Formats: sequence, structure tokens, C-alpha cells
Amino acid sequence: MNSNIVIAVLVSAIGFGTPLVLAGLGELLAERSGVLNLGVEGMMLMGAVTAFFVSQKTHGPTALVLLLAVLASMVAGSAMALIHAVLSITIRVNQIVSGLAVTIFAGIIGLSSYLGQVWNIGGVAGHHQFNGIDLFGLQNLPIVGPIIFSEDAFVYASWVLVLAVLYYLYRTRPGLYLRAVGENPAAADAMGINVTAYRYVHTLIGGALAGLGGAYFTLALAPIWTDGLTAGFGWIAIALVIFAFWRPDLLVLGAYLFGIFSALGPTLETRGITVLPSEFYSALPFLMTVIALAAASTSWANRRVGTPASLGIPYTREEG
Amino acid sequence: MSRMKRLSSVLVAFTMVSAVAVGAVGSVSSSASPKTATAAPGSQWTKSHPFKVGFIYVGAPSDAGWTHAQDVGRLAVQSYFGGRVQTMFKEDVPEGPQCTQVITQLVNAGANIIFATSYGYQPELVAAAKKYPNVLFEQATGTTVSKTLSEYYGAGEDGDFLSGMAAGAASKTGKIGFVVPYAIPECIREVDAFTMGAQLMNPKATVKIVWTNTWFAPATERTAAEALVSAGVDVLGDGQDSPTTGQVAEAHGLKWTGYDSNQESFAPKAWLTATTYNWGPYYIMEVKAAMDGTWKSHFWYGSLADHFVVMAPFGPSVTQATRKAILAKEAAIIKGTFDPFTGPITEQNGTVGVKAGVTLSVMQKYSLSWFVKGVIGNPKG
Repeated sequence: MNSNIVIAVLVSAIGFGTPLVLAGLGELLAERSGVLNLGVEGMMLMGAVTAFFVSQKTHGPTALVLLLAVLASMVAGSAMALIHAVLSITIRVNQIVSGLAVTIFAGIIGLSSYLGQVWNIGGVAGHHQFNGIDLFGLQNLPIVGPIIFSEDAFVYASWVLVLAVLYYLYRTRPGLYLRAVGENPAAADAMGINVTAYRYVHTLIGGALAGLGGAYFTLALAPIWTDGLTAGFGWIAIALVIFAFWRPDLLVLGAYLFGIFSALGPTLETRGITVLPSEFYSALPFLMTVIALAAASTSWANRRVGTPASLGIPYTREEG
Repeated sequence: MSRMKRLSSVLVAFTMVSAVAVGAVGSVSSSASPKTATAAPGSQWTKSHPFKVGFIYVGAPSDAGWTHAQDVGRLAVQSYFGGRVQTMFKEDVPEGPQCTQVITQLVNAGANIIFATSYGYQPELVAAAKKYPNVLFEQATGTTVSKTLSEYYGAGEDGDFLSGMAAGAASKTGKIGFVVPYAIPECIREVDAFTMGAQLMNPKATVKIVWTNTWFAPATERTAAEALVSAGVDVLGDGQDSPTTGQVAEAHGLKWTGYDSNQESFAPKAWLTATTYNWGPYYIMEVKAAMDGTWKSHFWYGSLADHFVVMAPFGPSVTQATRKAILAKEAAIIKGTFDPFTGPITEQNGTVGVKAGVTLSVMQKYSLSWFVKGVIGNPKG
């Protein structure tokens, strides 16, 4: 075991941070297109319940079952995102209201809990789960072994996704168009970019990634389904996007920082270091969220950081 | 930019209430079958319709732990009384002011008796009992009794002592970890009893704790369990509502004692045993009394003897010798010849907690605020 306190905190932080990376990346893509989606918590729960359902009811080799479960979670997340997309992009209702509606509809006392009951998958042990992989046989290397080379496939996939999104945003033409749509949809439209299509696609991808983030709970973190098990992670993911100034590289750092804060308290406690009460550490990730949001809303931050200029504003083409 | 500010304030608000949601009413409807009997004191039951029983859950019945056991109890009530009783439940109800809202909803739905199944509902319940004198209230794990408010729970600590014996016997290093929800007496005496049980099997055993400040949050429970594993424990125990700690133990090849329900299937290799609660018979007894008009408020404390507290089946790794020792202690507790909280008990800091020959009363156990020697952690949270 990793008795080293730093390693212990980092290993735990990565587990805690992975659903945030996935859901956060999804929200980042949606927001980059100008669509604010507050439905993340609901989409995560839908992904979590669907993934667990598929993993429990499908028979076959574990790898195949898990793959199907992961795909199902992405479909479920996208389906919820589609509701938000239709409401906020096509019908142009207020994005905050629409996103909240998705979270309430799909959330802890909504569709996800209902499906869990109908499918009868609550409170039972998972048949399949993602386990740590000894990547390149380097698991036993000091320090980096336990942190980097013994994670599960989900974590590695999240790292690949971060790189892919970075490349997409800053090195490809569609990525450039996406940023244009988020900054100035009218200009993008004039250039011949299909603003509606861009917003739809990225909102749906956002939903798929939120669903994936939810699936991490039921397939890796704690394989069980019960109502509301994401316990606020969706909200932290939304805050993270702002915290990360809409940049994927900062997002992943932020997610692990949240993970570190959440692992710090218990790890210090087990080493007999109890300077601050445990309640303080329990509240820390949420405290950080509030501070990050407050900081991001200052006028200084608004001048300096890359808030997509059209974020939250439905696009209407001005007819000549 | 005011838009950004507005967005942020919405997010701040939702971050703070993210874990907060009021449960939907689950209702098992049934046809009325009126019977003649006198109404319970304070009860408005007219017998022309089913007797309505409300339950307030802190989690969901699918938690595989505390709330699951509560819901098994509710279903026992429903199947015992059939059409004469209608049970309702509200799940995922946060401890705190929102409980008042849920109580109001249940009262408006015609509840004759309400069982609130978590410690943190106490202030709201005391207020509600004053506000609705015609409704009977019962609270699990609390301490305040009034004319229409009963308290009920049982000697979980006796089971925890036996769980601790299993943990102490299973530990090779004598270093045991325990994931604890809140720094309240209920959890403190759980840790104390568990530790004393472990020390009975291995006098040098220590129990290192981590507070999670939540009954149920798998990600947080996992972080806490992993912190203990990284600190070098080889057996884990928990007082949480989900079996996440067991899943962590299973993944690391360690042993584990669960809590609330039989959770063996979540970690079959790690599983040792668990304290579980059998709520059904109590609920049936109380509902029956309320319907018959014989209900009286009380402070009820179940035990291993009346099968309110039941030890879950042993896991395969528990040796015959350990099983024998545990069963012998269980028999002694049932017979009344042994109580884990009989002195001499030394406190964590070395002072005398309980003098030799003295046994703590139930009320003293209910206000326990100190750890016994061998617990590593701060009892204040």
C-alpha cells in the first residue's frame, strides 16, 4: 500500500477527479458552442443508472459488457442533452431554466430513480467493474507506478479525451469554427458555419460525456446503483469549467485539485494530523466551487478569461 | 458583465443545495376494510379508511444499507396488515429544515403515524409533534420523548462489539480502520464497541477512524476507505449507509465488517459479518398499538435478545474458533451476563471512562462522547 501521504492523496484524487474530468469536458464543449447546460447532474445520473442496468442485465465477457454499458451511458446522457438542445437551441427558451429542468427531470427524485426502480437494479452488487490495469508493466515503479501506471481504463480514456479535445479545439478547423460559434454566432453564420448544427452536436457530445462521468460511478468508483449517487458532482463539473477558464488543460488540473482537497482531510486524519475539524475538509470542494465562481464573476476575470461571448444566449439569425 | 454574475449566483445557490432534494411519495394503496376499535390517543383515525403510516427515509431503499433495512420493515407492515393499512414513504429527505416540509406533506396525505428514520430529524420532529397533536410520531435513534413522540432503536453496539471481534481476529497486523459518518454518540459508541470487541480477540488491536460527515455518498466513503488503506490497515469496518467501504476492501484484498444489512454480495471475499437491524416486528407492534388505541409514547431499545439486532451470516474466512468465540459472547449478551460497556473501560487519553463493575445505562450510552483506548482519531470530528 502507498503509505506515502502524497502518493495516497494523488491516487485518491484521480479516482475522485475522473468523473469531473469527463463531465467537465462535455460541459466545456457545450459552453464553447454557446450553450450553457445546467443539466449535468441529471445527465450523469441517467448515465450512471443506464450503465449499471446494462452491466447487470447483459451476459457475456466482462470487457464486452462494460463496453456496452459505457456506450449505453453515453446514449442516455445524450438523450437528456437532446431535450436541452431542442428547448434551448431550437425553441430558444432560457438556457438556465431548460438545463435546470433537465436536472430536475432526470435527477435524484426523477427519471433516473424511477428507472432504477423499474429495472430493479437498486441496492445490489455490480457483476462487472473496471479494475486497475498494470499499464506497460510499470505498476511497481516508485511514485509514478501507483499514480499513473495502475489506473483503470476509464482514467486512461479520460486522459486521451483531454488531449483529443485540446487538439480539436486549437488545432483543427471544426474546433476553430466551434470557438467562432461560441464567440460570435452571427459572424460564424455569415461565414457559412451552421450554428445550429454546431450547437446541437456539442450539446449532445456534452451529454454523452456527462453520461460517461456518471457511468464511472456505477462501473468503477462504487459499483452499486442508488438514487442520487453522484451527490452533486454535476454541479462541481459546471463550476470547474468556469474555474478552468474554458480550457481543457486547466480543467483536468482543476478536477484533480478538487480530488486532492477531498482526499486531503481523510488522509491527514489517518496520519494523526487533525488541525482542522473534518467538517471543514468535507466542505472544502464545495467551498472551492463557491470561491471559484465568485472569482470568475468579477469584472477583472471577465476581461481576462475566455468566457465564450455568446454563452447562454440563444442564436437568432437576423433576417435582412 | 451582469450575465456572468447572474449565472454565477445561480450556480453558487445550486452548488450549495445540490445534495438537497425532497423525496417523492411512494405509496402502496389498498382498499379500505373498516374495523371497530377505539382510536389511539391523539389519533384521528376514523376506521372508515385504511390506517395511514408514513415513513421518512434519509436515503433511498436501494442503498443496500440503513434505508434498505427500514424499507424491509415498512414492507413487513404492509404485508402484515394488508388492506387495513396504507404505508407511504418519502425517500432522500435531508436532515434539517426540509424535514418539516416532508412531515407536512405526509400529514396532509392523511398519515396517522409517522416514523422518521434518522437522528438528524429530531428538532423538526419535536416541533411537528407539538404542531400536529392528532398525529403520532416516532423517531429512530433520537432521545426526545413527548406525549405523541416515541423514540426507538436498539443495541447496535452489542452487534458492533461482535463485529469488532471478527475484525480483531481477522487482522494480522492489529491495525484496523473504520469509516464513520458523524461525530455523534450513535457513531461514537459504535466505534467504541467495535474497538473493544477487536481488543478482546487481539489486545494490541487499534482502530483508526475517518469521519465522512455523511451517511451516504459513495465517492466520499471510498476516499475515506482508501485513506485508511494507505495508512496501512488490513481490516476495514464502517458505519455508513452504503457498502462502498467493502468494495474498497475487496479491491485491496482486505477483510471487512459491514453495517445495517447483509452486504456480503458486495464483497464476498472481504466479508466477515455485520450488525443488522430487523425493523419490521417493531413497526408492526407500533402500528397495531396505534390502530387499537393502546399506543403510548416510549423510549424503546431493542436488542440481540428480541431479534431487533441480528448478526449477519459469517463470511467464509471467519475461522471456526472465531465463530465459536463470537457466538459465545452473543449468547452471554442475550442472557444478560455480558455488556460491552461494563467497566473497567479506559478512555483514549488513559483516564478511567467506566469504573470496574459499573455498566453504562442506555441513556449514558446515548450520550457517549469519548473514544476508548485503542481508537486513533478525534471524537470531536
